[in-house]
Amino acid sequence: MIYDWLHNITGSAIAAAIIQSLLPLFIFILPFALFAVLLERKVSGHMQDRLGPMRVGYHGILQTIADIIKLIQKEDIVAAENDRRFFDLSPILVFAGSYAAFAAIPFSGAFIGSNIDLGIVYIVAVTGLVVAGILMGGWASNNKYSLLGAMRAAAQIISYEIPTLLIVVTVIMITGTMNLFTISEWQTQYFWNWLILGGPVFGTAKILLIPLMVISFLIIFLSTLAEVNRTPFDIPEAESELVSGYHTEYSGMKFAMFFLAEYANMFAVSAIVATLFFGGFQSPIGYLGNVFGVKWLIPIEQFFWFTAKGLFFVFVQMWLRWTLPRFRVDQLMAFCWKYLIPFAFVILILVGLITVLL
Amino acid sequence: MKDYILKFWQGLITIIIGMRVTFRHLFVPAVTIQYPTVKPELPERERNRLYVNMDDCIGCDQCARACPVDCIQIETVKSVPGDDLGVTSNGKKKALWVTKFDIDIAKCCYCQLCVFPCPTDCIYMTDVYEFSEFERENLVYDFVTLTEEEKIEKKKNHEEFMIKKEVEKAAAAKKKAEEEAAKKKENGDQPGEKPPDNKE
Ligand code: SF4
Ligand code: SF4
Repeated sequence: MIYDWLHNITGSAIAAAIIQSLLPLFIFILPFALFAVLLERKVSGHMQDRLGPMRVGYHGILQTIADIIKLIQKEDIVAAENDRRFFDLSPILVFAGSYAAFAAIPFSGAFIGSNIDLGIVYIVAVTGLVVAGILMGGWASNNKYSLLGAMRAAAQIISYEIPTLLIVVTVIMITGTMNLFTISEWQTQYFWNWLILGGPVFGTAKILLIPLMVISFLIIFLSTLAEVNRTPFDIPEAESELVSGYHTEYSGMKFAMFFLAEYANMFAVSAIVATLFFGGFQSPIGYLGNVFGVKWLIPIEQFFWFTAKGLFFVFVQMWLRWTLPRFRVDQLMAFCWKYLIPFAFVILILVGLITVLL
Repeated sequence: MKDYILKFWQGLITIIIGMRVTFRHLFVPAVTIQYPTVKPELPERERNRLYVNMDDCIGCDQCARACPVDCIQIETVKSVPGDDLGVTSNGKKKALWVTKFDIDIAKCCYCQLCVFPCPTDCIYMTDVYEFSEFERENLVYDFVTLTEEEKIEKKKNHEEFMIKKEVEKAAAAKKKAEEEAAKKKENGDQPGEKPPDNKE
C-alpha cells in the first residue's frame, strides 16, 4: 500500500522502490537501535540494582546519541597485517545480511518491504550472509582471538539454523504458506487465534497443537537467540575469553556497523518469532479503527502492535542475558544437537500427523 | 531417556526461576549514588586529608615524630620574651614560632598516628577526600601562618636575643669570676687563670 502511494507521488517505479527499501532503515532500524542500546543499558543496570547511564539528558536518554557522535569521530584503525579488502567488506556484509531480512517482514497491514511468497525461507537464507561476513571479518583481522570468535560464530549459527528451520517447516505445514504477510493475516486479530494457541481453526487439532506450539516457540526463540549471538549464546564474542571475538580489531564506524547489525538482528528475530507465533502485526483484541469506523487507523495500530511485540521479545532477550551465564562451547553444541534438534524433529512429525489426520 | 527428559525439565524450571529473580531485581531501587553530585555518607571515624589548626599548634614536634613515613616537617624558632604568641584553645601557652610545617600528603598513609599525640588536638582528619593534583609538588601542604618576612624577622629576633643572652651570660660570668678573684686575693691565695669562655 505504501508502495502504491509512493508510486503515485514519485511517478516512477524505481524511485518508489528505492524509497520503500530505505524506509525500514531510517524510520525503523536506526531509531530502534538508538532506543534498544539505551534500553539494554537501562535494563542491565536496573537488573543489577544499578542505574545505567544517567548523565546525558534526563536519566541518560541522549546517551546513545552521544555515543554515536563519539563513534563517528573515532579513527578507523586498520592494522598493517589485516587483509584490507575483506576487512572492509565484512561489516557491510554483516549489516546487509541483517538488513535484508527486514525486506520480507510485514511491519503492518500496509507496509511490507517485499511481499514475496518465499518470505520466511528467504529470511533464513539471506541471514546466511551474516555468517560469511563474520567469518570473513575474523579471518581478515589476522588476530587469533578474532579468528576463534569467527569460527565459533560460524559453527554456532550453522548448527542453530537446523532447529530454526525445522520449526519454520512445522509452521509452514500448519499455515500452508511461507509468506509472512499471509501468515500474519491468517492469525486474525484475536489472540486466541494466534498460532501459539493453535491457530484460527477450531477443533481437536487446535487443542492438540497448543502444547506443541508452546514448545516450538521455545525452541525457535532459543535457536534464533543463538543465531544472533546473544547471551547466553554469545561465545563468539565472549569478552572474558576472546576480548571481543570477531570484531576485536574493528573501530569507529565499522564497529558501529557490527553493532547496528547486532541490534537489527535482535529485532529481526524477535519480529520473526512474533510473526510466526504471536500474530505478527495483528492486534490481540481487535482494532479501534474497526470500532470507530476509521479505516486509516488500522495500519497504524498494526504497526504499534508489531513494534510492541518485537520490543517485548527484545526485552526478553535482554532479560535472559542477565539471567543466564554463557555456555561453554561443548554445552552449546550439546544443547543444539542433543536437545533442540530431537525435540524439533518430534514436533515436526507430530504436527505432520495432526495436519494430515485431523 | 528418563534422565534426558528430567534434565530438560530441570533446565527449563531453573531458567524460569532465574528469570523471576532478575525480573524482581528490575524493580529493586538502585544502590548507585550519583557521585559527584551526591556524596556518599562517610563513616564516623573516616581518615582523609589532614588539617592543622595553626592557632593551636605549639610546635612540639610530637606529630612529626609519630609519623611512620616522616611526611611531616616542622621547624620552630623560640620566641623572645617580648613576643606575644597567645594561648591555645585549651589554655597552653605557646612558646615557639612555627616557621615550617609541611605535610607531604602524597606520602601520607592516613594512619592517623600523628593525631593522637598532639597535646592540643590541633592536627586532625577532615572529611575532604577529593584533592587530586596535576603536580606532585602541590601535594605538599604548607600550614604555616607566618609570612616569609615574619619568619626571617622571628629568626633574627631569636638570634639577636641569643647573642644578647650570651653577652649577658658572659658578662655575668666575668663579674662572678672577678668577684671570686677579689675574694681569693683577699684571702691571700694566688689568683687562678680565668676559665676561657666557650663562645667569646
Ligand atoms: S596520618 Fe600517618 S602518615 Fe599521615 S601524616 Fe599522620 S602519621 Fe604521618
Ligand atoms: S603535635 Fe600538635 S601541637 Fe605538636 S607540632 Fe604537631 S600539630 Fe603542633
